[in-house]
Amino acid sequence: MSLMSMTAVELGRKIKNREVTAEEAARAALEAIHAKEGQIGSFVTVEEEKALARAKEVQKGIDDGTFAGPLAGVPVAVKDNMCTKGILTTCSSKILGNFVPAYTAEAVKRLEAAGAVILGKTNMDEFAMGSTTETSAFQATKNPWNTAHVPGGSSGGSCAAVAAEECPYALGSDTGGSIRQPSAFCGVTGIKPTYGTVSRYGLIAYGSSLDQIGPIAKDVSDCAAVLEIIAAYDKKDSTSVKREDLKFTDALLDDVKGMKIGIPRDYFGEGIDPEVKEAVLAAAKTLEEKGASVEEFDLGLVKYAIPAYYVIACAEASSNLARFDGVKYGYRTQHYEGLHNMYKKSRSEGFGAEVKRRIMLGSFVLSSGYYDAYYLKALRVKALIKKAFDDAFAKYDVILGPAAPTTAPKLGESLSDPIKMYLGDIYTVSVNLAGLPGISLPCGMDSKGLPIGMQLIGDCFKEKNIIRAAYAFEQTRSYRHSPLSGAAQQKNGECRDRAAQQKNEERRDSAAQRKNGECRDRAAQQKNEECRDSAAQEGGKCDE
Amino acid sequence: MSKNYETVIGLEVHVELATKTKIFCGCSTAFGGAPNTHTCPVCTGMPGSLPVLNKQVVEYAVAVGLATNCTITQYSKFDRKNYFYPDNPQNYQISQLYLPICRNGSVEIETSAGKKNVRIHEIHMEEDAGKLVHDEWEDVSIVDFNRSGVPLIEIVSEPDMRSAEEVIAYLETLRQTIQYLGASDCKLNEGSMRADVNLSVREAGSAQFGTRTEMKNLNSFKAITHAIEGERERQIELLEMGRSVIQETRRWDDNKESSYAMRSKEDAQDYRYFPEPDLVPVIVSDEWIEEIRSRQPELRPQKLERYKKEYDIPEYDAKILTGSKRMADLFEAATAICQKPKKVSNWLMVETMRLLKENEMDVDDLSFSPEHLAKLIELTDAQVINSSVAKEVFEAVFREDADPEAYVEEKGLKMVNDEGALQSVIAQVIADNPQSVADYRGGKEKAIGFLVGQTMKAMKGKADPAMVNRILKEQLQNS
Repeated sequence: MSLMSMTAVELGRKIKNREVTAEEAARAALEAIHAKEGQIGSFVTVEEEKALARAKEVQKGIDDGTFAGPLAGVPVAVKDNMCTKGILTTCSSKILGNFVPAYTAEAVKRLEAAGAVILGKTNMDEFAMGSTTETSAFQATKNPWNTAHVPGGSSGGSCAAVAAEECPYALGSDTGGSIRQPSAFCGVTGIKPTYGTVSRYGLIAYGSSLDQIGPIAKDVSDCAAVLEIIAAYDKKDSTSVKREDLKFTDALLDDVKGMKIGIPRDYFGEGIDPEVKEAVLAAAKTLEEKGASVEEFDLGLVKYAIPAYYVIACAEASSNLARFDGVKYGYRTQHYEGLHNMYKKSRSEGFGAEVKRRIMLGSFVLSSGYYDAYYLKALRVKALIKKAFDDAFAKYDVILGPAAPTTAPKLGESLSDPIKMYLGDIYTVSVNLAGLPGISLPCGMDSKGLPIGMQLIGDCFKEKNIIRAAYAFEQTRSYRHSPLSGAAQQKNGECRDRAAQQKNEERRDSAAQRKNGECRDRAAQQKNEECRDSAAQEGGKCDE
Repeated sequence: MSKNYETVIGLEVHVELATKTKIFCGCSTAFGGAPNTHTCPVCTGMPGSLPVLNKQVVEYAVAVGLATNCTITQYSKFDRKNYFYPDNPQNYQISQLYLPICRNGSVEIETSAGKKNVRIHEIHMEEDAGKLVHDEWEDVSIVDFNRSGVPLIEIVSEPDMRSAEEVIAYLETLRQTIQYLGASDCKLNEGSMRADVNLSVREAGSAQFGTRTEMKNLNSFKAITHAIEGERERQIELLEMGRSVIQETRRWDDNKESSYAMRSKEDAQDYRYFPEPDLVPVIVSDEWIEEIRSRQPELRPQKLERYKKEYDIPEYDAKILTGSKRMADLFEAATAICQKPKKVSNWLMVETMRLLKENEMDVDDLSFSPEHLAKLIELTDAQVINSSVAKEVFEAVFREDADPEAYVEEKGLKMVNDEGALQSVIAQVIADNPQSVADYRGGKEKAIGFLVGQTMKAMKGKADPAMVNRILKEQLQNS
């Protein structure tokens, strides 16, 4: 069995047990990358020498006990919008085509401290703006299930790399679905944590109030293990939240008895692919059979989520991307006359069409005379969406729905109609607007042989609920390796046996106890966060 | 001029706060480091970097707000002001628009016309920009980010001032207050205090404001005064010619002593302000406000009253002594050592002020230690040196903070109390100046002054004048 067809946790265990060295693991990943990159194109940068040197160093650390964690020595791919000291960090944009950061993002640093070996940087939609990874200035990444299709986006490179088994796990970022949607399209699992859980320090911002870094891997256990490493309070990120319930692997319990699951009717209306609908509802049935109570309800406001999201994200992006001006770093046009001409030409040549579209949209909604009508109104919608979720979580532990209305579209189909592309984010963006955690995991295949993903949404700081439900669902099926994984024919039984061992009464009890106390404690902590959200404080009365 | 015009002025005053580190990162705020040495990813706008608010900035802003009778905004926020310029590494400035930290304050100013209140609209916190250096030889511009992220407060007044005198009084009051709080050194020439002047004119008695202009780059009280006078005249001239004032920003040119238009309202940028998503709201609790209030030092009005009462210092002197924190600190520290407030006050009021004026220095440039002033007073009182020598010694204290004791020793300035030596010197002076002796004896009492002077000259100034007087009189009577 190839080392890359294992989960990260399995590979980590083999390294820990001295069955495999960190260097062998890194070599296996690099070989897989060499073999498959021509077809997939998931990496912008592969750091072969650095990765091997680092693997040797990590192995020493494993041998002398410095690195004792479950993922020590396991190679990882990092989305190219997280700063990595000494490694090119481009955001898949020409404007940062030569940018080598002087510091490493906090989330990546935490992985390194846990003994991770960075293989390279994965392709993405330029500055995370897009849903297909086609807006990358360098290449379009292909879907490992069918290379005529997109992997989704914006973390398409990370998801494709995991699905193609070029690496056991990867980091992505999610502003409006950028981890969950490509995870669904590529048949892998990804978590977008509660806003404030993973430090954004060193993540090159798209929509600051919505961005979160999260794990992408083959299964829920891997995602929980990775999240446990990267989630931490960071004083360098003012929006970081102090939490104590970060032991996410405690929630890996095959037990959903008594769990209340809500299914928003509004997520299954117009625009959803019938095959997707069927697969997601079948997953709900499965969870019901395992003892969860499943109920349909009306979430409301769904149609306002996309406009509100694009107004807020683009407004923030228009300001966040202002620093890319040719003065300090990155691309500068060759010929120019004077400062303003330099700005104009550098930015016109350095940014791609989708980025320009969003900068213009964002600049417009913040302009004097339009601010109230667009930006402030969007903030009010955001507050109302948060309230709709609050009401839902008063009744349900978890909300279940699709991750995207369709499976992966063909390459070249999406960019010609941006509005249609934006509408594909309908099930994911409201989770970012409300700051909630969401997990996307495979729940079936469509008739074209493309994966279908389902999404579980939890209340703020309730990652454990969605991890538990996702884990329980995952136990009912086996992981499907993509055709490009090179392990598609192998049996997957092995992976699942281990899960059974982890069933552990003690853990279940402690998890249940914790659940009750959490709400109130968290509420106090959330106070500051909520103030941020309640646009009403600033803008007066809400419209509705 | 056929009509009577009234000038209406409001000020926007930027003050650099005296924090050790910058507003959103841990870099030093020290002035004058080599270019780009006090920098990090945050204050150079590197991708992915995030701001973290320096708590001390809030404390200083609240302290200034309390001292200027403002209401403290207990739920305050930062906003981004978007504009492109190379000294601004993110191409946005983190500032406060919608919920500034302080609002609705006022300060009392005093001019020749009496006392009046100037209302403060708001005080907000923001970051300073870097500095551009234009190298004309190489035809390039280079940028130094050392100042980027240095904390500022902007104090925005209401249009309550009517003359340059009121403006200067307002600025002096702000400066005193902020210096007393230790929140800034408020040096106009170094840019740690900068004032933009908004000015309009209207016919006396009119209820409506005229069109205003904003003047920037005013680096001294002199420049501010001249700029106000010049702008008032310019606007009146326009109105008298039947033309209208254009709302615009003007830049003061210190060399030409005049201002020129920078940009009109039509070219004004749309800053596209929106709430800074990288920072959480600033919540200032009642307890925090009380804590800051309890730490407020004695401010000028209270100090002035105390000096009059506790030290029996006249109002005029007390005003000068409390006019700047530097002066008041010197006064109190020297008094604490020598317990002679009147004498300390005298040295500061007379000799110090004279030397400042002669050397065209500011009170804040004073560098001598209170210990040395106290020692000088003690040496004089103990009659180790006489008063004219004391003035010479003080100049050395003022100039280079000389230790008076060592200086007197080194220069041999001790008063000569050797009566025998003095007797013989005086005998010689009497012998050498028969005309003056005759005059004195003929009833011209004043003639003794000349003889005293000759004696002091012979003694190189080191004799005790009282002793010289006594011996002279004795010898003149006896011989």
